[in-house]
Amino acid sequence: MFKKSLVLVLPLLVLAACSSTSRQEEAPPAEVAPPPAAVATPDDADAMASAGTVGELNARSVTLPPELADRRIIYFAFDSDAISAEDQALIAAHARFMAGRTGVRLRLEGHTDQRGSREYNIGLGERRAQAVRRALGLQGVAEARLSTVSYGEEQPAVGGEDEAANARNRRVELVYTAE
Amino acid sequence: MIERIARALRYGLVTAALALVSTSARAQLQVDITSGVTAPVPIVISAFTDDAQPSSAVVGQDLSRSGRFVLQERTRADYMVAGRALPAAEGRITIEFELVNLLTGQRLLAEQVTAAPSAWRNAAHRIADRIYQRILGVRSAFATRIAYVAVDGVAPALRYRLVVADADGENPRTILDSRLPIMSPAWSPDGESIAYVSFETRSAAIYVQTVRTAARRRVSGRAGVNGAPAWSPDGKRLALTLSSAAGNLDVHVLELESGTLTRVTEHPAIDTEPVWASDGTALFFTSDRAGGPQIYRAAPVAAAAVQRVSFSGSYNARARPSPDGRQLAHVTREGGAYRIAVLDLQSGAVRVLSKGTQDESPGFSPDGGTLIYAGRERGQDVLATVSTDGLIAQRLQATSGDVREPAWGPFRP
Repeated sequence: MFKKSLVLVLPLLVLAACSSTSRQEEAPPAEVAPPPAAVATPDDADAMASAGTVGELNARSVTLPPELADRRIIYFAFDSDAISAEDQALIAAHARFMAGRTGVRLRLEGHTDQRGSREYNIGLGERRAQAVRRALGLQGVAEARLSTVSYGEEQPAVGGEDEAANARNRRVELVYTAE
Repeated sequence: MIERIARALRYGLVTAALALVSTSARAQLQVDITSGVTAPVPIVISAFTDDAQPSSAVVGQDLSRSGRFVLQERTRADYMVAGRALPAAEGRITIEFELVNLLTGQRLLAEQVTAAPSAWRNAAHRIADRIYQRILGVRSAFATRIAYVAVDGVAPALRYRLVVADADGENPRTILDSRLPIMSPAWSPDGESIAYVSFETRSAAIYVQTVRTAARRRVSGRAGVNGAPAWSPDGKRLALTLSSAAGNLDVHVLELESGTLTRVTEHPAIDTEPVWASDGTALFFTSDRAGGPQIYRAAPVAAAAVQRVSFSGSYNARARPSPDGRQLAHVTREGGAYRIAVLDLQSGAVRVLSKGTQDESPGFSPDGGTLIYAGRERGQDVLATVSTDGLIAQRLQATSGDVREPAWGPFRP
């Protein structure tokens, strides 16, 4: 399970697990680590240790070029699933990367900011993930290589309630996995 | 008048003392009364004779936190409670108690409650429920439980726990622990199980977990969204939200025993947050088919006809009916603030009952007298309650971390 689904996310994860608060505050938006990978374990230390091991094993399986590695997040305006022209170009670059690597799949994780009702926000996050899925489809990525999941407001990239935090939380994360 | 002011002052002192007591009891949630009625009923509760546990203190805490009573010394009280503990069969403890009207001398209750020593708090809550009902003529829900989601850590490295606790926040017990989100806990009508959404596999799935044994079953794990589970009043069906391959959310009904699935809504809008009308004949749900989210009603059948229910304001979501079926608690947006409101289904009148800016996830207590919801205060997610008359408000705050998505369990047999 882990071997299949965890990839290049993990070096970042290990960083996040070890980092202090100040490191997280300094990180620019594009480097915000996707959420930790370990599933429900009462023992935090064990969970982190196993995630770290899996990461080392899998970090080699998908290597993104530097210009994409730090650009795996598409941001959205309030109550919108519209993709900016700049991000359309970024999506095209990801589509080109996928075109050359048939064993690579992409999970699109949709998120909203903290405002509003939680389950309704799952719907809004799904809309964003689907918008990115359609954009990748238009760039020729096969349907079967893409999956979506909406976390709504449940996995903020950053805490806080001001517009700066909200803007960083309204996003779709592109998470590569190896088949 | 002077008497009322004096009572209010004494009431304030009692409240302050209670907050300390609950902190020292290592409760995960600390309860504070944030507003109360001006003239609560003065009552004196004597320590129960031979009681190894502070049962009488728990009775007093329940009554005073309700906001309808104030603990008082005997000369100033209208009612008195006294009791004693004695051993019962199989190692259990019986508490005999009496309620006396001090103004008339009339004995209003002379009853007993028997429980295992480990269930002494529940026994005390039952005594408080009896006293409350005898004096005020309406039911209370002290001897019930709540479930909520607790979140610790700094984003994006968060830890999520599903917690079940007594209605006063005591005896918190984690029934699920995950590094990925847990959402939307919903009690089965018999109080034995909780349905919830967990992302533990990095996709959404709905589980039904037996609270006592922690045994659980995945009841919906389709591709895409599996969300917002809601039990039918008979406990045999779950309304839930599923998405199509294109990501369109619709409300469905799942027969738990057979696994038969019925798609109720068929609309390209977001249709979600279903909940059953109290009599089981209809579903209320949130849809943005008219632009912003509003509340609608449909029969729980395939391709049901849909009626709009909410009309005031541009954002109304997450409906929960009152036990008598007459009202719908929901989230409404006022200006930029999200607040808890109650819609009277007959008259269409809407009352806003909360004052926060990010209030959400409302639900009624099983007696219908109180709403519980989640809010945000000084950067922390807290739980709050407000009486349906708007007079009495409480805050239940975690000693650390966020607490959210409260679900008030049913009366226990």
